[in-house]
Amino acid sequence: MKESGLIPDLFRTEYRKLVSVLCKHFGFDQIEVAEDIASDTFLTASQDWAQKGLPSNPVAWLYYVAKNKARNHLQRDFLFANKIAPEIQNNSSNSTEIDLSPQNINDSQLQMMFAVCDDAIPSEAQIGLSLRILCGFGIQEIADAFLTSKETINKRLFRAKEKLRERKTKIEFPGETELEGRLATVLTTIYLLFNEGYYSVSQHQTLRKELCLEAMRLCTMLVENRYTNKPQVNALLSLMCFHASRFEARQDKNGDIILYDEQDVNRWNAELISKGGYFLDRAATGDQLSRYHLEAGIAYWNTQKADTSEKWENILQYYNHLLQIEYSPIAALNRTYALAKANGKEEAIAAAEKLNLKDNHFYFMLLGELYTGIDNQKAIANFKKAYAKARTQADKLTIQRRIDNS
Amino acid sequence: MDEFILLFHFDQTMGSPSPEQLKIYMKQYHDWVGGIAAQNKFNGGTGLSTEGRVLKPGNVITDGPYAEIKETIAGFITIKAKDFDEAVNLAKNCPMLNGEGNSVEVRKITGTHAKD
Repeated sequence: MKESGLIPDLFRTEYRKLVSVLCKHFGFDQIEVAEDIASDTFLTASQDWAQKGLPSNPVAWLYYVAKNKARNHLQRDFLFANKIAPEIQNNSSNSTEIDLSPQNINDSQLQMMFAVCDDAIPSEAQIGLSLRILCGFGIQEIADAFLTSKETINKRLFRAKEKLRERKTKIEFPGETELEGRLATVLTTIYLLFNEGYYSVSQHQTLRKELCLEAMRLCTMLVENRYTNKPQVNALLSLMCFHASRFEARQDKNGDIILYDEQDVNRWNAELISKGGYFLDRAATGDQLSRYHLEAGIAYWNTQKADTSEKWENILQYYNHLLQIEYSPIAALNRTYALAKANGKEEAIAAAEKLNLKDNHFYFMLLGELYTGIDNQKAIANFKKAYAKARTQADKLTIQRRIDNS
Repeated sequence: MDEFILLFHFDQTMGSPSPEQLKIYMKQYHDWVGGIAAQNKFNGGTGLSTEGRVLKPGNVITDGPYAEIKETIAGFITIKAKDFDEAVNLAKNCPMLNGEGNSVEVRKITGTHAKD
């Protein structure tokens, strides 16, 4: 591979490791120093490799250079501190040796995940920091993913880091008693990151897919670590595998969305479906049933295309349960659709009329589907209401097609 | 929005249902609670085991009230509703009411901590 392609690839995989390890060594309040040294290492690499050619082991080269830069920084820092504050001379944390062992690289990244996923900062800032520090995304890419400007993202990340500094965030694993709660925040962020890619309105298909893959990679790291390999983590990974299995099937050549019913099952990724099954099995231990277990159960049945009563009865019960744990309008609508499939349209229409979701165009889409074949006039009227409420051109197109077909 | 508790009183003199019947009852029950949750009006709640202990003054502990009374509390849920009318409206579709002798008791939760 030419170095022009190699450096961006290495940046993606190695930047996050360098930042995590360095930041753990320096302390979170020095995160900018860690980021600077990591970025600077790549700058040196691009200049040096262009002149002298590729080193035999580029990764080892990066680690070596980063270590030296860190050592220089620490020594400068140490001298400076010595002159102005001699009393901290015996501070034990002034080791200048950076630990780049595989174990420490791995732990540092996971610990960084816990540091960044903190409820004290907004979830979009958690996702932004995760993308920057743990996924090695550029500011422009993050801005593209959130459909906003680089300035907005820079400000958002800056404020988030300030906040975490104020809170004296530490790069360490939470204690056993705290783990469940902290892990819940990490999982929420990972799932939001995945959904950002899976459902975002951004037209940037490659970027969207990368967000999903990064979310799955972060979750895989949690599953591979003994300390964080919990049932709900496996359930989330399973859920994302099942969803991602339809990534290729759900858009046509022009990037337009193909609805579930019209998808070519042959384009579903069988490997991801079986991976999903594997992690769902591993999630079935312990006695807690998380929302991820229920959503993975629903996602499993959605990988079964055949319209059996068993499928819809299972999906309905998972939604019944999910809504009791965590209500969301989309779950309420999907539950009502499953109710129609399992118990019949009459019962589902009665249930739908009780939902207070009249601002939501999906609500009228659902009513349109439910009335189809029962009262076609009402069906069309509801599709038209959905059309009027739809916000994106893509949604309007889908609804128009539905009206034309009825 | 106020919080209400729905207490399910089960008439145990009617005998226990067969496993097949019980399966149908459970589905009806879950579909009903799911419908309340879909309206974002479910708060919490759970089923209760059939066995229990009853404590009485004088350090008397017995194995459940079953010999003495005809009905038992099978479970409860708490819901959000704006008034008694709405709470009763949500409660009246409870499938337990298909069983002779059963009843659903609707009570407003007043609580000791102030809440608005």
